[in-house]
Amino acid sequence: MSETGRPFGASASWFLSTARERLAKLLDAGSFTEFVPPSERAQSPHLASFDLPAAFDDGMIVGCGRLDGNSVLVAAQEGQFMGGTFAEVSGAKLLGLIRAARDDEKLPRSILLLLDSGGVRLQEANAGELAVAEVMRAIVEARAAGVAVIALVGGRAGAFGGAGLIAATCSAIVISEQGRTGVTGPEVIETNKGVEEFDSRDKALVWGVTGGRTRRLIGGADAYAEDTAASFREATLALMGKARPFDLATLRAEQARLAGRVGRLGGCDRAAAMWKALGVADPRAAGDMDDPVFVALVADVKGAGDDAR
Amino acid sequence: MENLKLRFTTRGPAPGTACSAIVGVVASGNLEVLLERVLAQNECAVEITTPVRGYDEVWKAVVADFVERTSPGGMRISINDGGARPDTVALRLMQGVRTMEMDDE
Repeated sequence: MSETGRPFGASASWFLSTARERLAKLLDAGSFTEFVPPSERAQSPHLASFDLPAAFDDGMIVGCGRLDGNSVLVAAQEGQFMGGTFAEVSGAKLLGLIRAARDDEKLPRSILLLLDSGGVRLQEANAGELAVAEVMRAIVEARAAGVAVIALVGGRAGAFGGAGLIAATCSAIVISEQGRTGVTGPEVIETNKGVEEFDSRDKALVWGVTGGRTRRLIGGADAYAEDTAASFREATLALMGKARPFDLATLRAEQARLAGRVGRLGGCDRAAAMWKALGVADPRAAGDMDDPVFVALVADVKGAGDDAR
Repeated sequence: MENLKLRFTTRGPAPGTACSAIVGVVASGNLEVLLERVLAQNECAVEITTPVRGYDEVWKAVVADFVERTSPGGMRISINDGGARPDTVALRLMQGVRTMEMDDE
C-alpha cells in the first residue's frame, strides 16, 4: 500500500511488494474477494509458545478475482512473514482452496499461486510437511479434474523446500529474473556440504543455479516476466487456457523431456556451461542483458520451449 | 508474549465508510495493523500483541498521540508487532486510518 493506502502502480517491483500489493496489482482492479480474511483472525496457534508474533492471515492470502475478465482462484504467500512458510493454518487455507477447485466444477478452472517461501515453518514442521504433501496431491488431483494451476515466482524468499516442490507440481511456472526455485536452499547446502560445495553469499552463483533466467533457459519455467505486476499479468494471461491435458501421454512426454535434459546438460558443472550447451553464444552477456533482449534470446534457445507439463 | 489493551473516547467518528483494512506485515522491525469499524462512534479500542517486553508506556504514548491526532472513533484496532520502532508504529497507524477513509470496493 502506498501512503494513501492505494496500491502502487502496476510498474512497481514485484520483488519488493507485499503479497497483498501483488494481488491488488495483478488482478483486475477491485475484483479480489478474500476467503478467511484477517478479521477472522485465523492465526497460528503455535507461534506464541515460541514467543513469536503471529499474523492475522498466517502469511497466506486466499480468494477469488478476475484476470482480464477471467475468473480465477488465487493464493499469495507473504514472504516477509516467517519466510513465507507452510504451517498448520497457512497450509490449510491453501489446501482448502485447491480442493474446492478440484471438487466443484462451477468454481474457476484456473488457480494462481503467488509463491514466496523458503519452505516449511520449522516451529510447525510436522503440520507444514503434511500441508506440503497434501497440497501437492491436491494439485495433481485438481489438474486431473481439468484445473490449471499456475505458479508465479518472483518474491524475496523465492520458492524453496516445499514451495519448490509445489511449484514443480503446477501446470506451469512464470518466473522473473529475481525469482528462484529449488528444493534445498543455498544456505542449507552450504551448511551441510561446506562453502567449497556452495557459497550461499555468492549471488552470481546462487542466481546462476536457482535464478529465473537459468530456470527459463533450461525449461524449468514456462514463461519469463519482468519484475512488475503488469508483466506477471501478461505472462500469466498468455499461459491461461494452454495447460495440456494431465494424462499419461503428457507425463510420458515430460519424462522424455527431463531424460533428454539430463543427457544434454548433465555433464555441466555451472550455469554458464549449460547456457553454452543450449546454444547461447555469450552466457556472461545473457546474465547481464535487459529483460526484452533476454526474452528474444529465450525464443531462439532449443530446450526452453519443450516443456511438456 | 505481551498483550496490551487500551480504550479511548474520541471526539467523533473516523472518516470514511470502509468496514476493515489491514496495513503492514509482521516482519522484523515492522508490524501489521488490522482496523475494523465495529464500535460506537466515539469509542476506540487498541489491542497490541508484541514479543518485546517492557515498552508499555511507549505504546501508550504513541497510541494516545495517534488517537488525539486522528480521532479514530468506531475503530477496533488490532496490532501484531514484529518489534517495530515507535515512529514505524505511528506511521502504520496513520496509514491504517487513511486506508479506512476510502470506500469499500
